[in-house]
Amino acid sequence: MPAFPACPLPQSRKTLTMTALAPTSRLLAARSRALGFCALFVLAAAAALLAPSWAKDAAPDQAAAPAAMAVRAEEAARVERLSWGLTPALLQQVRESGFDRWLQAQLKPAPAVLPAEVSQRIAAMELSRTPLAERVEQLEVLRRQIDKQADEQEKKAAQGRYRKQLNAQGRDAAARFALLALYSPNQLQERMTWFWMNHFSVGAGKRNVQALIADYEDGMRRHALGRFRDVLAASVFHPAMLRYLDNERNAAGKINENYARELMELHTLGVDGGYTQQDVQELARVLTGLGIDDGEGKKPARKRPAADAADHPAWRQGMVVFQPRRHEAGARVLLGKPVKAGGIDAIREVLDRLARHPATARYVSFKLAQYFVADAPPPDLVGAMAERFLATDGDIPAVLQTMLASKAFTASLGRKFKDPQHYVISAVRMAYPQAPDTVVTNPEPMLNWMQRLGQPPYGRQTPDGWPMTEAAWSSAGQLNVRFEVARTLGDRTGALFGRGAAARLQPQGEAMGEAMAGMSGNPMAADGMPAARKEQPTPAKEAPDERVPLPRVNNPAWQAAFAPRLSNATGAVLDEARSGPADEWNTLALSSPEFMRQ
Amino acid sequence: MTPKPLLNRRGFLQSASAASLVLGTPRLWAAAGESSRMLIVFLRGGYDAMSVLVPHGNGGAFYAESRPHIAIARPGDGNDSAVELNADWALAPALATSVLPRFQAGEVAFVPFAGTPNLSRSHFETQDSVELGQPLDRSRGGDGFMNRLAQVLPAMKPMSFTDRVPLIFRGERMVSNITLANLRESAIDERQARLIERMYQGDPMADRVKEGFAMRTQVSRELMDEMENASRGAISAKGFETQARRIGKLMREDVRLGFVDVGGWDSHVGQGAAVGQLANRVQDLGAGLAGFAEAAGPAWKDTVVVVISEFGRTFRENGNRGTDHGHGTVYWVMGGKLRGGIKGEQVALSARSLNENRDYPVLNDYRNLLGGLFQRVYGLDAKQVQAVFPQSKPKDLGLV
Repeated sequence: MPAFPACPLPQSRKTLTMTALAPTSRLLAARSRALGFCALFVLAAAAALLAPSWAKDAAPDQAAAPAAMAVRAEEAARVERLSWGLTPALLQQVRESGFDRWLQAQLKPAPAVLPAEVSQRIAAMELSRTPLAERVEQLEVLRRQIDKQADEQEKKAAQGRYRKQLNAQGRDAAARFALLALYSPNQLQERMTWFWMNHFSVGAGKRNVQALIADYEDGMRRHALGRFRDVLAASVFHPAMLRYLDNERNAAGKINENYARELMELHTLGVDGGYTQQDVQELARVLTGLGIDDGEGKKPARKRPAADAADHPAWRQGMVVFQPRRHEAGARVLLGKPVKAGGIDAIREVLDRLARHPATARYVSFKLAQYFVADAPPPDLVGAMAERFLATDGDIPAVLQTMLASKAFTASLGRKFKDPQHYVISAVRMAYPQAPDTVVTNPEPMLNWMQRLGQPPYGRQTPDGWPMTEAAWSSAGQLNVRFEVARTLGDRTGALFGRGAAARLQPQGEAMGEAMAGMSGNPMAADGMPAARKEQPTPAKEAPDERVPLPRVNNPAWQAAFAPRLSNATGAVLDEARSGPADEWNTLALSSPEFMRQ
Repeated sequence: MTPKPLLNRRGFLQSASAASLVLGTPRLWAAAGESSRMLIVFLRGGYDAMSVLVPHGNGGAFYAESRPHIAIARPGDGNDSAVELNADWALAPALATSVLPRFQAGEVAFVPFAGTPNLSRSHFETQDSVELGQPLDRSRGGDGFMNRLAQVLPAMKPMSFTDRVPLIFRGERMVSNITLANLRESAIDERQARLIERMYQGDPMADRVKEGFAMRTQVSRELMDEMENASRGAISAKGFETQARRIGKLMREDVRLGFVDVGGWDSHVGQGAAVGQLANRVQDLGAGLAGFAEAAGPAWKDTVVVVISEFGRTFRENGNRGTDHGHGTVYWVMGGKLRGGIKGEQVALSARSLNENRDYPVLNDYRNLLGGLFQRVYGLDAKQVQAVFPQSKPKDLGLV
């Protein structure tokens, strides 16, 4: 089922309506250069005086927005923190509804309405047109053809056909992730979707996971702002996870502990959550028989079922199956308490137990606070969130509200370092605010930048997810590549709109597929990087595409969220650069230390 | 073949290392100090060591019968057979033109039965624990061991040839990183770089920003010829060799501590034998290391390269003509002034001497092995070695 309804009409016209205000350039120049937000207010629409091209065709009937409505700089910073980056349209939205109402709407998102070009692009993807099971079946047919070929050349060709189709689906999934981060009005839901995808991380390099990943992400998105128990279930009962952590191979007499261990260490209790090796073994046995039917006709374990296994009925949900014949029945004890049920109900029972465990509340709260507040969040904040988690049965919006109301959250604004994916998405949002002529339809350059920065979507090969701390992403080489990305984005980047030679560069998913082809199984590489990347040709610097508008980073969103907290050093350089070419000002703004943080 | 009795481990010590134990005082690496260079190459995924250093006199028949589809033929057995290195071991033919000549010149040592005591057989846990270089009972966390080495060698310039700084190099000492897989000319000109640096004045990242630009400038200067050629499309992609040659050029100049990782070694399925998927990777690796040595030029005599991996693989092939996660592996050490050979403690191979009747045992703990090597190469004192590898017992294999 498609997760996004088709867009009835382009929204941009309405939301981008900006009001021409009296010139307030002095106000902008007089920005506070101190860090922090104190009592500073910024007229959010002030920069409209710069007459951005994307605002010119505003419908006249929309041009009468209240002039004096201001968004406090602190609120702008809050919106920046809870989204993939502030944009003029988002600022306008917050101004119209007020921050609190905007936040409530974000916590309880309505179906996303996307720009028409974007929903068309997504609707055209194979993953939107063909149901998961059918796509997987088609791939399996191709895969079986590889085995059938005796001739090496034929085998290679068959492998190529399989890879091509598989990689295309992985590439589409990554493109869809980027488009939604750019354009979904449910920004907090998209941030939380990323969070859960990272918490329940699955590396797409393993076998056919590239085909499964979009559907897996849909589940995370559906429950992103629901209960923890539900998002946990969306992971446990999905073929992507069961394949990635080998539970499909976990069967009576052939115990595989891989998933059981990570389910407690990484997904629920945390490594210090108080479970033992015995618990890992017990949980592994509970999970036996939970696997995948991908049309391969997997044979159940030959072993005769234990006497009471027959009591446990088979179960199926999509491609996920519970096969009683592969299940190791018997009385179990987990975390010091007996597991009363058997079969699939035992799995549900242990998930309940894990989801409601105080260690889980603490661990998930810590990770949320690390994602949204600080690399080392204050223990009392984590404690308060964990308390709320337990009191509300893991209601994520409630936990987030405790976090948002804390002093620590306010104090952290503007100080949390963006990881590469966040940097790239927020930079594109800042450079090309949504407008009819600048809707990004080709996010592949973004995926390439993420890859160059060591964080390709779904490319984390280990189950621990990407690190969420500054130390992991702020090395000299990392920053240097960010400046290169800023330079590219500062000028007209035709490739984002499907123009220019850069758009034809080998896309990220293809490179990933190359790596996978090298060795079946799980290719390991530098901490989540595809095993072998093809050397890409370095294009000579392209002439800027005049059909693409020059980005204007100095827009109301920049003015609201970043201008107020520029350091003296940054402010001086940007002031100086104002007389130079606009693309250079853009490059510098996107390279500034303030823009590296949210 | 009659199975050999288990050898007395001490009795199996190579003469060179035995001699140095007797002498007691380690002879310093000729150029201990500022001209010494070291590159660590991490094969991520757990490479199949038996497909590189092939059991020959020591367990050759056991090897062949354990791997009916993926064993490399014993030396002299037709085309694509292994090349004898000594009575016990042979080399994969995929390395015949790259590493073999250097082995014969004494520039290459293999240390079988090397690795970490960590038995989790999990890639990420074992990689992390190796990179942290702590005793097993220490909790995870802290600096990587290459970073600690860089801390005790403040005059040595470290650089990670990766797109992120990996755990092994993370820590107190600032370490730059750059990936050399794709050379690109910087889109930022000198003037813009200075402007960006100015924006970071007073920011905690200021030094890293400066270092990043400096590194960029250095790389373009030292690799300028190649970059010019590349833009004309003169360089063809040769996988790891292209990168390794670039690393060699940079280490010929002022980089003293380098790290690079190579992925794709997790050969569970269809790994092939003398030829095939794994052999292709091995060939690429060998060509890369030979290319590195060549590019390092005169600095090669002051350079030591160590090739490591998180674990070895199962001695027997699995049901899919591949191998599964194992334990002990084979480390490689290369260098222009090395005393090569097959080094370290060894054991006669049999079902009984395998670890858990499954994989190589670890007889040469990586911390002791690398600690001993660092000690010799850099002339570290005991305290410094303990700072790099706490609670280790550095073992000098007499390689340098």
